[in-house]
Amino acid sequence: MTDVSRTMRDDAARQSGRRASSIVPGDNIAGRALAIVIAIMTFLSCITIGAVSLVQGSARTWQSQIAREATIQIAPRDGLDMDAALEAARQAIVGFPGVAGVRIVDAAETLRLLEPWLGSGLDINDLPVPRLVIVTLDESSPPDFSALASALREAVPEAALDDHRAWVDRLVAMARTTTAIGLAILALMMTATVLTVVFATRGAMAGNDQIVEVLHFVGAEAGFIAAEFRRHFLLVGLRGAVIGGGAAIALFLAISWWAARNRATPEGDQAIALFGDFSVGWSGYAGVAGAIVVIAVLTAVTSMSPSHANLAGLTGREPRNGEFGRPKTR
Amino acid sequence: MGPEILRDVSLHVEPRSFQFLTGPSGAGKTTLLRLLFLSLKPTRGLVTVFGKDRATLPAAELPLLRRRIGVVFQDFRLLDHMTTYENVALPMRVRGREEASYRADVVDLLKWVGLGDRMNVLPPVLSGGEKQRAAIARAIIEQPEMLLADEPTGNVDPPLASRLLKLFRELNRLGTAVVIATHDLHLMDQIAARRIVLADGRVDIHD
Repeated sequence: MTDVSRTMRDDAARQSGRRASSIVPGDNIAGRALAIVIAIMTFLSCITIGAVSLVQGSARTWQSQIAREATIQIAPRDGLDMDAALEAARQAIVGFPGVAGVRIVDAAETLRLLEPWLGSGLDINDLPVPRLVIVTLDESSPPDFSALASALREAVPEAALDDHRAWVDRLVAMARTTTAIGLAILALMMTATVLTVVFATRGAMAGNDQIVEVLHFVGAEAGFIAAEFRRHFLLVGLRGAVIGGGAAIALFLAISWWAARNRATPEGDQAIALFGDFSVGWSGYAGVAGAIVVIAVLTAVTSMSPSHANLAGLTGREPRNGEFGRPKTR
Repeated sequence: MGPEILRDVSLHVEPRSFQFLTGPSGAGKTTLLRLLFLSLKPTRGLVTVFGKDRATLPAAELPLLRRRIGVVFQDFRLLDHMTTYENVALPMRVRGREEASYRADVVDLLKWVGLGDRMNVLPPVLSGGEKQRAAIARAIIEQPEMLLADEPTGNVDPPLASRLLKLFRELNRLGTAVVIATHDLHLMDQIAARRIVLADGRVDIHD
């Protein structure tokens, strides 16, 4: 190296060297690789958490929407005054505990419902079609359906109450199965994340052996060394986890924005019908925040066991090759 | 258990003394230094350092004893991500001292070993001799009661070796017991000092 270039490097180092370097180098290849691994695994874990949260939320919405209403069907019969029967059915259940409202689907609306199949210009009175009464239920205190059905049958023998229970039961079963599958995938994902972070951290620690040894030789106490490494790896873990978690949140927000933008289109309506409004919900975001903290702490904790192993090697048992007898490498 | 490296070795390093530890390669110089620096436990026999028996010394007390000993490694062991100044200041930093309390001492020492204009340089930029002087400065910054140096002149040319030897002698005059492991006869001939000769695992002392 020439004197000129040496002087230039000296000056550059002097200017940038005002702030004390951290004892554990913060930006080496192993540290960057570890942060990238943590970011990727955190991103995948957070996506899984968000997906589980989305499925749970959608299942709850489906269940709630169906459980919110019941339907009364009145089958036509010769000599039955349908309008009187509809009104009698309405009168029989209006005010019933747990019933929030009753609405008769009028003739015009019934025709509109049938129009796709039967066409227009029909007289409802000429058709032997059942008529409907929509019962809005109080979700917080649903009615006694058997008592409701009895009261209804007493007033209008031709009426049948459909409380959608079969649908609700199927949906609940489906939602529970979907959530269980999601949680199982999440458990696998978290296990993979933990193992990846543990081994990546150990790999990164292995590159810091010399630092641990030198710190020992200059009289550093075990607690000091442990604290330095814990802090370093906590920061590395936090950096990776925040990047991964942040990317996952950005993806959630982007999908949510896309869904809102396409709400009026056929694709958007289809997606909303299946997944609601694509809102991950506070539990999803809380899960992402939890994953970030857990992964950062896990990285710091994992870094402790190798450094403790190093400490033990230098303070008690036969040290590894690398003390006075270390081969010359420079 | 590995082969027996040292046996029937009995010696005492007096405070403020100066000695060379010599012998052929494989004689056990490094092992003896490791025993003195408390990084190795003897399989049998007694090693006491500053009056403490190595065999019964709790691990928590090791750092406190090591702070009274300076070590110069054959391969320097400088941390490449820290400047020369930071490497030399490391012993004070790990003791939790504020930089303001030692900055002037570190700067003075670096000037004394001829690295006054290299203190903000990272070790990969330093020459072999400069690294050696930085390693020596780190070992003596706290004025240890004992300095152990393993082949401290092994990587430098004869004129620089003589300069380093003078530096060790000066440190000894200031009160530090110095043990220099070397097989450089020319270096040992420059100073009339005690010679601890290791051969075949045994010790022969020439006062």
